Amino acid sequence: MPLIGPALAVSAVLFVIGVFGVLLRRNAIVIFMCVELMLNAVNLTFVALSQAYGISAQVIVFFVMTVAAAEAAVGLAIILAIYRHHKSVDLQNINLLKG
Amino acid sequence: MMAEQLFWFFGGTAIAAALLLVLLRNPIVCAFCLVVTMLSLAAIFFMLQAQFIGAIQILVYAGAVMVLFLFVIMLLNLGRAGSDLRHAPAVFTGVVLVGVLASQLIPLSGYSRERMALEYSRSTLLANPAVVFDSTMNAAGLNPARATLERGVPGDIAMPLFQQYLVPFELTSILLLAAIVGAVVLAKRRI
Repeated sequence: MPLIGPALAVSAVLFVIGVFGVLLRRNAIVIFMCVELMLNAVNLTFVALSQAYGISAQVIVFFVMTVAAAEAAVGLAIILAIYRHHKSVDLQNINLLKG
Repeated sequence: MMAEQLFWFFGGTAIAAALLLVLLRNPIVCAFCLVVTMLSLAAIFFMLQAQFIGAIQILVYAGAVMVLFLFVIMLLNLGRAGSDLRHAPAVFTGVVLVGVLASQLIPLSGYSRERMALEYSRSTLLANPAVVFDSTMNAAGLNPARATLERGVPGDIAMPLFQQYLVPFELTSILLLAAIVGAVVLAKRRI
């Protein structure tokens, strides 16, 4: 029983919630979690479409998960370094690149 | 239909937990909401005949990545943060942008395999749409259900991973090595 349409709907809603979180929050770690949520939503899209396109889509999900894990490790290390410098992870206090 | 009800139960749980992740203020509670979302997504993956991906989702995301997040939250002692929502103009811009994005993405749910095949067959980009959309055959010319029976679930995904996608698979090992080195260097006391 293919559930392509409902799965695409759930993944679209999850992706939109993730974008909303990135735009709404100021805590860098919560923003990071919202990015992970968006990656997960895209994974759900790939898995749903793999019912139509074949097993290769699941291989792509495998690669997305690898990239997400690497990104989480490096990103959290960056957040740690920023916290040591600014004593805060609030993005309003971090405006080093502002002209 | 039992399976469809289960699907909507897990989908609803995932969406509700994602909303709590965005709206609650305590980062640790947010992390647990994200765990609930990922476990619900793993259940959905199992239902969509992607058992291997579901297992990896639980191991890598709900296990390893979330432990990393919780570890950093507790290391930085962020348990008692105040409200960190942005101010009204930024929230308004965000709501508008999200509305536009949602109006683009949500209609995708009307897609079915037949409609995708129809739209694809009209496009001139693809040489032979029948090759892509004939889902009764996979790349090796086998029926997918029979192939799964013969090779098992991990074997089914391992075949393309180690044949067609061997070079990207090896490249991910370089990516992971770079990520390890980068994380160690960045997390050292003095950069």
